[in-house]
Amino acid sequence: MLLAVATEVISTPKFDWHAFAPDLVLVVTMVVVLVADLLLPDREAWRTSSITALGLLGALIPIATLAHSGHERILFDGAYVVGHYALALKAFFILAAYITVLLSVDYIGEGDYYNGEFYFLLLVAVFGMSIMTGARDLITLFVALETISIPTFVLAAFRKHDRASNEAGVKYYLIGVLSSALMLYGFSLIYGVTGATKLSGPHSISEYLSQHGTEPLVAVAIFLSLVGFAFKVSAVPFHFWAPDTYEGAPTPVTAFLSVASKAGGFVALINIIYFGFLTGNAHSAANSWWPVLWVFAALSMTLGNLAALRQTNIVRMLAYSSVAQGGFMLVPFAAAGIAGADGPLEKANSAMGAVVVYLLIYGAMNLGAFAVVIAVARRTRSAEISSYDGLFQISPTLAVVMGVFLASLAGIPFFAGWFAKFVMFRSIIDAGTGWAIALGIIAAVNSVIAFFYYARPIRAMIFHEPTADDRTPIVIPQPLVAAIVLTTAVVVVVGIYPQLFARVGQLAF
Amino acid sequence: MLLNEFLILAAFLFCTGVYGVLARKHAVLVLMSIELMLAGVNLNLVAFGAFHGDVIGQIFALFVLTIAAAEVGIGLAIVLLIYRNLHSADLDDVDTMKG
Repeated sequence: MLLAVATEVISTPKFDWHAFAPDLVLVVTMVVVLVADLLLPDREAWRTSSITALGLLGALIPIATLAHSGHERILFDGAYVVGHYALALKAFFILAAYITVLLSVDYIGEGDYYNGEFYFLLLVAVFGMSIMTGARDLITLFVALETISIPTFVLAAFRKHDRASNEAGVKYYLIGVLSSALMLYGFSLIYGVTGATKLSGPHSISEYLSQHGTEPLVAVAIFLSLVGFAFKVSAVPFHFWAPDTYEGAPTPVTAFLSVASKAGGFVALINIIYFGFLTGNAHSAANSWWPVLWVFAALSMTLGNLAALRQTNIVRMLAYSSVAQGGFMLVPFAAAGIAGADGPLEKANSAMGAVVVYLLIYGAMNLGAFAVVIAVARRTRSAEISSYDGLFQISPTLAVVMGVFLASLAGIPFFAGWFAKFVMFRSIIDAGTGWAIALGIIAAVNSVIAFFYYARPIRAMIFHEPTADDRTPIVIPQPLVAAIVLTTAVVVVVGIYPQLFARVGQLAF
Repeated sequence: MLLNEFLILAAFLFCTGVYGVLARKHAVLVLMSIELMLAGVNLNLVAFGAFHGDVIGQIFALFVLTIAAAEVGIGLAIVLLIYRNLHSADLDDVDTMKG
């Protein structure tokens, strides 16, 4: 009798296997990589990279079928939602990880590194990102964020005997954990005031904000959470770990951190801001948080660009450039808040679409730039900008491709970067108030400053004489060629035909 | 019910942790300070959970505990790595990169 009652009360929740298929493929790949690493002899350990690549591409299949089936799938009482937005970003993260694998194969294979563990950690981080895209609950969000962070701490410190890599790991770790703690304190206060951890739907944070507006404690809680996220996306003034970590970590890991891990932070920010603070009538409370993002955006763009001007090491330059690009990506958030505080939500929707489009384009061009850096460093063993002297005479193709990526990062038409900047500026014009225009002016000035430092390696490549004695073209292994070709294709095609990504941005919101 | 007392204690723990992270130079003490911050978070969550009369707060606290344990595991491993290479766990010694 008791058992009958118990089974009635505790019913198994309906589980949509299809919605979870991409994540499950990733988990299965993780296990296979670990077991394969155990069974394979040392000289065949590189095969784990092939398994990882296949697993990542395999995870794209259920994403395609889910996108085809079209409707939004709501799991676990709204804590995990798989819709167009989640699918587009899942595909982005998986492709970014695929390109990272292409960048890593020779780097990790040739160094005295642990193959299987490297790809396992990479897969765990990607799994965290995949979960993050669907997270609509503070607990899910937190677990996903940590699933991204914890493996990347280890990846940053992956060269065990190299002090720079150790330093990269410890700085990234301490800042990462500190930011999690700040964010969690914010989350605990949000939960305390609203009594909910779900972001939207009945009995949720957005419902509470719709009914009660902002109280001072909620404002403090939101502020603390945003500071936590600011660390993750390396927004100024919480960026000081980024250059050191990027320089010290193995370069493929740096590429992964600057693209996928940063995007993970931005997706978390989109989830909490769009689904938590902007749905329903909650956007009337936007005045309590958009100034914070406004300041982060303005500072990140300005200080990131000014610091990048001084760098002589190209990885450090790209690190500060990614801080500045992060600032550009924060602009639509501030714009969405400004627009949301006034009323109509359509503008906030298009601003969030702008963030997604910016993320996709930034991912392609930054991964491409790092691919060239890795290719050049195979010959020069250096990441100084001076080592790019005369690259145009040595390897013309490589120099042209690097030029394309840098021009795209600077936002020169008609490479993809201009469209990213375009949607960012459009979100500002949509918002239209004085504060939004002020931020737009800061962004415009910074876009001009950025030209100067992106042009420096280009100038070195074309106008300087090569200093090295060895003037034969740099030999690039095939996976690296594939990565460069893929990213160049995206940057050029999207630059000429931006509707491709604009459509993704519209579908998502 | 008693809520404010718990919140004040949690805030005190959290602030002690923040001070420790900023002021301490030894990596292990910094890790302990971070644990203090998380203890403050957990106390907050459980107190609010009891206040709202639901279990979400306690579940959240369980997740925080578990993940904090994993994080400290990784953290100690990284500190050990530093100690082996530098023969010191002082964070001031870990600053070869500048600029």
